[in-house]
Amino acid sequence: MIVCVAHNIISPLSSTSAENYAAVKAGMSALKKYDGLWGLPEPFVASLLDRNKFTNEKYTLDEQVVIISISKALEQTNINVQSSKVLFIISTTKGNVFLLDKRETGFPQERVRLGMMARQVTKHFGNPNEPIVVSNACISGVCAQIEAMRYLESGEYDYVIVCGVDIQSAFIVSGFQSFKALSPDECKPFDANRQGLNLGDAAATIIYTKKDKVNDNEWVACRGAIRNDANHISGPSRTGEGSFRALRIALGDLEPEKIAFINAHGTATLYNDEMESIAIERAGLAGVPVNSLKGYYGHTMGAAGVLETIISMQAVDDHNILGSRGFETLGVTHPIDVSNQNRTTEKRAFIKLLSGFGGCNAALLMAKGGLL
Amino acid sequence: MIKHQVFISPNEVKVDGKALTHNEKGSALLTELYRNHIGDYPKFFKMDTLSKLGFIASELLLNIEGDRSFEPREDRAVILFNRNASLQADTHYQSTIQDPGSFFPSPAAFVYTLPNIVTGEISIRNKYFGETSFIVIDDYDEQIIMKNLKNAFQDPMTTSIIGGWVDCSDEEHFEATLFLVYKF
Repeated sequence: MIVCVAHNIISPLSSTSAENYAAVKAGMSALKKYDGLWGLPEPFVASLLDRNKFTNEKYTLDEQVVIISISKALEQTNINVQSSKVLFIISTTKGNVFLLDKRETGFPQERVRLGMMARQVTKHFGNPNEPIVVSNACISGVCAQIEAMRYLESGEYDYVIVCGVDIQSAFIVSGFQSFKALSPDECKPFDANRQGLNLGDAAATIIYTKKDKVNDNEWVACRGAIRNDANHISGPSRTGEGSFRALRIALGDLEPEKIAFINAHGTATLYNDEMESIAIERAGLAGVPVNSLKGYYGHTMGAAGVLETIISMQAVDDHNILGSRGFETLGVTHPIDVSNQNRTTEKRAFIKLLSGFGGCNAALLMAKGGLL
Repeated sequence: MIKHQVFISPNEVKVDGKALTHNEKGSALLTELYRNHIGDYPKFFKMDTLSKLGFIASELLLNIEGDRSFEPREDRAVILFNRNASLQADTHYQSTIQDPGSFFPSPAAFVYTLPNIVTGEISIRNKYFGETSFIVIDDYDEQIIMKNLKNAFQDPMTTSIIGGWVDCSDEEHFEATLFLVYKF
């Protein structure tokens, strides 16, 4: 079984997993309105790290938060990170893309390459393996975990360190603005009045290993799948084709009654949330509570799949189904169970669901103590 | 097991090791290959260089395989690798926002600033509902690629993969080494 041995989240809310979970449980959010930031002509709402707190001139902000997040996860273990039996997998969509801006002169241009950025990280830790970078749009964080599961199943590595990261910049924000995908206010996942998404900075790390036996309190990554809509490069399928297919495989023969909640992508764009409601119903999961964490963190892109998995594990540990901040009235056509209030649960499994540009979708089943 | 393979560089095209004749070079080569070997998919002209390259390479691969029924299927994955991610599209998009005096970001340019869009283009063309993924490594390494593709057969439905290297740094510099791989 593939088991989570440590994790960490660096976000605008906090720099440990436990404090992040406590903040989310208390309903806190770092979403704020920015007007004139980075010379952008239109204001936007986002969850941003305080750039002044990261002062290491040797590394870009992306590299710094990855290094800090992995360090904090490693502190919880006694893993020899310099061993060739440890693999690094980085999940990111845009990495150091800000370096393409002609006004940026602080770092060599080659660091814009994702593999070169990842090499800064493995070099920092003294790990000898070539790092793998998963860049699969917004589903990268779940894909990276599926990659980790496969590398561990194949027996080649003892530990895989998965770190998801994205740092917002004029490049990303202007692009989403051009798509008219950003909400002028704090996002409202699955709500009737949702107007789009908010973007967010974060880095999040999970370290996985393979074990023959697990105890009741250990988190197991049971199975995951990636499926394509084969429909459109920038809009989700109207029938939830890829999402439904990924969900079906993640669910497998597990009874829906065993699942505490589906932690959906829930970006609060009109089309994403509608599509997910269709896919969830098609997969026979309409009775399972659904939540979205975008109202707390915004859409953290390459970090989202990792960060949201960590928050969801802690919620199940705490017997809690987190409320979806920003949600008021159901605004999708298929009747899924969304609430803005925290609810209690005694169940021990959840599904992490994501969708992204390129028509890609991913689902991952996590179970505490494994599937009995 | 590798069933077929295609190689494309700005000066050379090989299908299963045999050179394919052509007159053009660089970006014009991709257009020539489209006109001579595909021709019925005008969406090609909207694509960025990475997507054009991956699309052409996959078409040459599938033409050699034969039986192009275009029936929807979920047992074939598309898993691509490269060094430069979406650098050509990124550089182009950056040029539309660089100067505050001519700030003109467009969704058509932004959407290609993700390397996995090419995997979506191939899936749409062929109605592949299977796994699609994009992985960046800083140097071409066939061992890493083959190991990763082998791992991908752990998916319960995947029985074949269009997989391999599809890289471009700008419109005139690119390289593809694409394989059609069956479960080993």
